[in-house]
Amino acid sequence: MADIGLDIFCRDTIDRELVANCLKSASGDTTYLHWLLQGWGTAIALALLALVVAMATGVLMGILRTTPHKGLVLLGDAWTELFRNIPLIVQLFLWYFVMPEIVPPLKALPGFVLAFVGLGLFTSSRISEQVKAGINSLPRGQRYAGLAVGFTLPQTYRYVLMPMAFRIVIPPLTSESMNIVKNSSVAFAVSISELTMFARQAGEETSQPVLMFLAVTVLYFISAFAINRVMKRIEIRVRVPGMIGGK
Amino acid sequence: MNLDFSFLTWEVLRSYVGSGLIFSFQLTLIAMVGGIALGTVLALMRLSGKKWLEVPATIYVDTLRSIPLVMVIMWFFLIIPFLIGQPIGAEVSAIITFTLFEAAYYSEIMRAGIQSVPKGQVYAGYAMGMNYRQTTQLVVLPQAFRNMLPVLLTQTIILFQDTSLVYAIGAYDLLKGFETVGRNFNRPVEMYLLAAAVYFAICFSLSYLVRRLQQKIQIIR
Repeated sequence: MADIGLDIFCRDTIDRELVANCLKSASGDTTYLHWLLQGWGTAIALALLALVVAMATGVLMGILRTTPHKGLVLLGDAWTELFRNIPLIVQLFLWYFVMPEIVPPLKALPGFVLAFVGLGLFTSSRISEQVKAGINSLPRGQRYAGLAVGFTLPQTYRYVLMPMAFRIVIPPLTSESMNIVKNSSVAFAVSISELTMFARQAGEETSQPVLMFLAVTVLYFISAFAINRVMKRIEIRVRVPGMIGGK
Repeated sequence: MNLDFSFLTWEVLRSYVGSGLIFSFQLTLIAMVGGIALGTVLALMRLSGKKWLEVPATIYVDTLRSIPLVMVIMWFFLIIPFLIGQPIGAEVSAIITFTLFEAAYYSEIMRAGIQSVPKGQVYAGYAMGMNYRQTTQLVVLPQAFRNMLPVLLTQTIILFQDTSLVYAIGAYDLLKGFETVGRNFNRPVEMYLLAAAVYFAICFSLSYLVRRLQQKIQIIR
């Protein structure tokens, strides 16, 4: 075991001494395993919070783009084009370096918040595309039927269009949720201490980059796979009986 | 806050940003051509019906698609020097990485494209006395390629955006060019804004062209 250096994970990050109990350190020593798991936690938290931002804004913008109001459609389109056509790393730099200069109160926020907002808004443009496509794939008669029975436009969306559109967009949303985990790795560029940052720093410190990269890659695999399972669960639970793939 | 772009001259832009822009385009083009070629081979392997071709291609594609690109870039930069026995620059490493990485994504597109060609086309090819190679080359692939052209180009726009991630290994691309100017003239805010504007202008106009092309193709069919 010592030959391939696996014990490095149980070593202290400062003095490289072997710590007796890898996970539970009594003296407050931080091992590389600790650091790795902390990075994993940060990456997951970053991805999940970004997913919340992305879902909220992406679904809203997707809906706006299908309304009969020209102004709202334009707003949704502009939003989507803006966040879709700038690379994620540049968007993160904008949130981290540029926005606090333009909006000084942002300076008080930790970088982590700026990172998940940036990642979330970047992903919202992709979700808005999926939601728009999902709503537009419904037969036009559904919208007319809703309006004809006296629903207002918001009610038509709430009770007629969205229940079906949501189920249609779950598979693409699953792959977006997995993408958000992968894309959270870009946050290393704005010094968020997540998995990729760990791989870079620990790899350099310990001169064992292969080992560190392997550990991080496996954790990314596990995270993306877990999200995939959860989304599949949701997909099965909300199936509409009588539809293809339904019960 | 006040923005000040007065330090920017044509000369500054050309010497710092120009070479970065050229590298970003180079990287995109090479990775696109190489990626589509390799991706097509991978797609044909997966659809060949032969286990010994199908399994390795599937593993290759699924593995690369489930690792973050930043990690892939770092992995290749770490491993390639070991494999070839000599150090290579970040730029060469990036070109190899993106070609191999994008092949996984292009192969999924080509697979869908090949599957979208009606089976009758293949039978027609065989009925004319063509063999597998001829049928694939002369009948199936040209149609698959044309059906998927808009999607392939959209993927290429994403590829162009992703080239900015070579930041992870310090290759000198468009983003790095702007960053260097920002650092040298102590104007990072202005330069990040300008970088965003340039990326936006390039990607927006390219995706507009793809949409136009898509409409044209739809009319032909």
